[in-house]
Amino acid sequence: MTLVSVPRSEAKKLAPGMGPALLRRIRHDPMGAIGLALVLLVVFCGVFAPWITPFDPLKINVPNKFQPPSLVHWMGTDNLGRDVFSRIIAGSRIALTVGVTTIATALGIGLVLGLIAGYGPRWLDNSLMLIFDSIYSFPTVVLGLTVITLLGASISTLTLVVIVIQTPAYARLTRTATLTLKNSEYVQAIESLGASKIRIIFVHLLPNVIGPLLIVASMDIPSVVALEAGLTYLGMGIPPPAPSWGRILQEGFGLIRTAPWIVIAGGIPLIITTLGFTFLGESLRDNLDPKLRRVI
Amino acid sequence: MTGRVLEIEDFSLIFETGGAPVRALRNVTLSVPQREIVGIVGESGSGKSTLALAVIGLLAANARILSGQVIFDGRDLLTLDEDAMRSIRGKRIAMVFQDPMTSLNPVRTVGQQMLDIQHHDRESGTEVKRRKAAEALARVGIPDAAQQLDNYIFQFSGGMRQRIAIAMGMMQKPEVLVADEVTTALDVTLESQILYLLRELRDEIGCSILFISHNLGAVAEICDRVVVLYAGELVEQGLIADIFANPRHPYTRALIACDPARIPEATRELPVIAGDVPNLAAIPKGCIFATRCSWARDICAVEAPPMVETEPGHFARCHFAKAGPQQ
Amino acid sequence: MLFYAIQRIGLSILILITSMVMLFTALKLIPGDPATIMLGSRANAEMKARITEQLGLNDPVIVQLGTFFGRLLQGNLGTDLWSQRPVSQIVMENLPYTLTLIAAGLGWAMLIGIPLGCYSAVRRNSFVDRLTGIISVATISIPSFVVAIYAVLLFSIQLGWLPVLGAGDKGDWKDQAIHLLMPAFALGLGWVGYLSRIVRASMLEVMGENHIRTARAFGLTEFQIIKSYALRIAILPTITLLAVAVGGLLSSAVFVEAIFARPGIGKLIVDAASMRNFPVVQGGVLTTVFLFALTMPLADLLVACLDPRVRATL
Repeated sequence: MTLVSVPRSEAKKLAPGMGPALLRRIRHDPMGAIGLALVLLVVFCGVFAPWITPFDPLKINVPNKFQPPSLVHWMGTDNLGRDVFSRIIAGSRIALTVGVTTIATALGIGLVLGLIAGYGPRWLDNSLMLIFDSIYSFPTVVLGLTVITLLGASISTLTLVVIVIQTPAYARLTRTATLTLKNSEYVQAIESLGASKIRIIFVHLLPNVIGPLLIVASMDIPSVVALEAGLTYLGMGIPPPAPSWGRILQEGFGLIRTAPWIVIAGGIPLIITTLGFTFLGESLRDNLDPKLRRVI
Repeated sequence: MTGRVLEIEDFSLIFETGGAPVRALRNVTLSVPQREIVGIVGESGSGKSTLALAVIGLLAANARILSGQVIFDGRDLLTLDEDAMRSIRGKRIAMVFQDPMTSLNPVRTVGQQMLDIQHHDRESGTEVKRRKAAEALARVGIPDAAQQLDNYIFQFSGGMRQRIAIAMGMMQKPEVLVADEVTTALDVTLESQILYLLRELRDEIGCSILFISHNLGAVAEICDRVVVLYAGELVEQGLIADIFANPRHPYTRALIACDPARIPEATRELPVIAGDVPNLAAIPKGCIFATRCSWARDICAVEAPPMVETEPGHFARCHFAKAGPQQ
Repeated sequence: MLFYAIQRIGLSILILITSMVMLFTALKLIPGDPATIMLGSRANAEMKARITEQLGLNDPVIVQLGTFFGRLLQGNLGTDLWSQRPVSQIVMENLPYTLTLIAAGLGWAMLIGIPLGCYSAVRRNSFVDRLTGIISVATISIPSFVVAIYAVLLFSIQLGWLPVLGAGDKGDWKDQAIHLLMPAFALGLGWVGYLSRIVRASMLEVMGENHIRTARAFGLTEFQIIKSYALRIAILPTITLLAVAVGGLLSSAVFVEAIFARPGIGKLIVDAASMRNFPVVQGGVLTTVFLFALTMPLADLLVACLDPRVRATL
């Protein structure tokens, strides 16, 4: 038996540069610090929404309608007397739930499809790529509206839309990493020694791909949140009475002359979320080591 | 000897890098006489191109001039403002760079660029300028010059490209032409054609040429005098015949010995100068060349050698310039 | 190179065909009877039969696909279920509005973004550069519909300067231009930042190239160098990146048109989608996909026009 040692460090070559050191660098970069703070704020609201909303976001109290912002109702009340601030907080939970679940699912599917494309036969790779390219050829919102027309507006349709839109990006990234690894000398070496594909995938490929994938995916959260809000604004996303930010904007836009505070309040969380994630993403990109930056 | 067109006096320059500054040029003094071709020789990193850029005022942003003067037409170029400098660039001091493929603009035609550089001339119209450009191209041997004005630089062959670059430099009859490695990318035949062209144009226009090269053969072929730079210091200068016949600095000797054209065919080994160029961020005491020098003695590590005039007009910076190697 | 160009065009056409097939099969894949879905549960049997007949749903799938492509090649996008008008006619009525909106949005973004990017590159690390950097990231990330809504609130409701709804009276150029201001602003704002960033990066690269140094050595002014020597090269990658990002622009246009109740392909799709008027949605979607697919070769063509090096290889 020949002994060829494959350095374990090869598999972890992307590992340095992530972790605590990266976090420290981001905290010391003004853009990164602001981004991190905003993201933490949104995540905090999303996680603890049921306990921190001052009022029930769904409770209708018609006599109390159209209250302008005050110390009691920080962002006023809407046409049904619901507390807008509470609805905004509750909305963060919806936004994050949709954002995180869809992206996680897309990530899972993309990973599998990317592995299949990278490791599978050529014709399968080509057909998958053609399908991904075809999905890309639809502007996202247009693709979303098409699917919604066919299936009807609901949370599950919305989820499906986001998954369809996001999956190709992750699959492509995985495929590229897979192809690079497949053609690398050390994988060819261990393959010739009889290492199974499964083992190669789990021991050598996944640890390399997961890091960049997670970063790319977390940077996609704001665009997914914006897509959800946008489609809901058009009345094709999350149905009422759920206090999605898009719904608050839509209702507020109708009342823009009588109660402008609703529409102002509806836009703020979207700005905070997109700004937070984008600033954090920019800072991540700037502070990552070059090898990882290239992958992303 | 006629007057001097360009004089560089005690010129020192550093590059700020964030760490210790890189002392790229130290106390360089040289002069360019009228109608003469002065060669500046040295390895890459010796500071020869930096010196050229300093003359024309185009140093990198992190360069700081510590001391010195560049006297041209009675004025110190280093003290001129941007507008005054611009009125000199291209018109009175022109520059030709290495590799015209990258040093000329890829998306403007040769004619457009040759018209652009005539911006000093505010009287003539486009027609006149265009004719002048065509004449300049024809002069350097471009066939169908007037038609070629509408072509882009990548559409020409290597030799033609360099001819065009020289035509651009010489078109406005400058007093000084700085030629930075203009023959480096060319094969031997083309090289000697270009060198011949440069000398012809010098005779015609009556300009001086600062000919920067690491190719001793080219320098020997074209230059009237030569200046040898090593690691940012001027180590030897003199008339071409003196330097090649009787080099006084061990570095110059080694350079000449390493010139592939001079190696006898019998020895199949290429001679090299052992050791590395010293780190310019931490200049050692004593002679800059001491660590690589076969002549080196104790004094070389301690005391920087003075510039010694070994014969009239021939200077070398070596303790043993006059005496030669000590046994 | 020519082979490469043909290959690329071939691939684009293949992708276009695949997306059409996907769009077509999507209709087949949905559970239940398409006629019922489109008409809702109130529809009677006679209406359903008519719709089924009209959509050719009784034919075998492969025949339907053939008919679909056959009509498409003739520019026939089907018939609107409600108005019974040809979809292509409806699309053609709306298309100019969307194209105008995109041109205006992109136009003002280019007018501001490109000089801003140039300035940032030339005065690197200056106050303006840093400020532009942060504002770009901010404006790129904020969704265009939020910008649109806030713009309405500020310029129409608070200040009363601009009208909110519609595209202005037909034939009245001034009125149409005024109605275009806010939508174009909302659509273009993020692009100002995006453009300035890519132009900045591209300019920084070009300004470091050798030929820029040569131009300086000949005493050309910095302004002339930027204008005629650097920007002409720096703009080339910008054009390609712009083409890729046109999909996002079309997406934003959907929201902007919906918010300003402005006729256009986006609003057409939204309205048809809410009524589940599938032939119209399909027609609108096909148009946007086609527009999007067209931008890439157009960009390549433009680059070839501007770059003699590319032109020479064709």
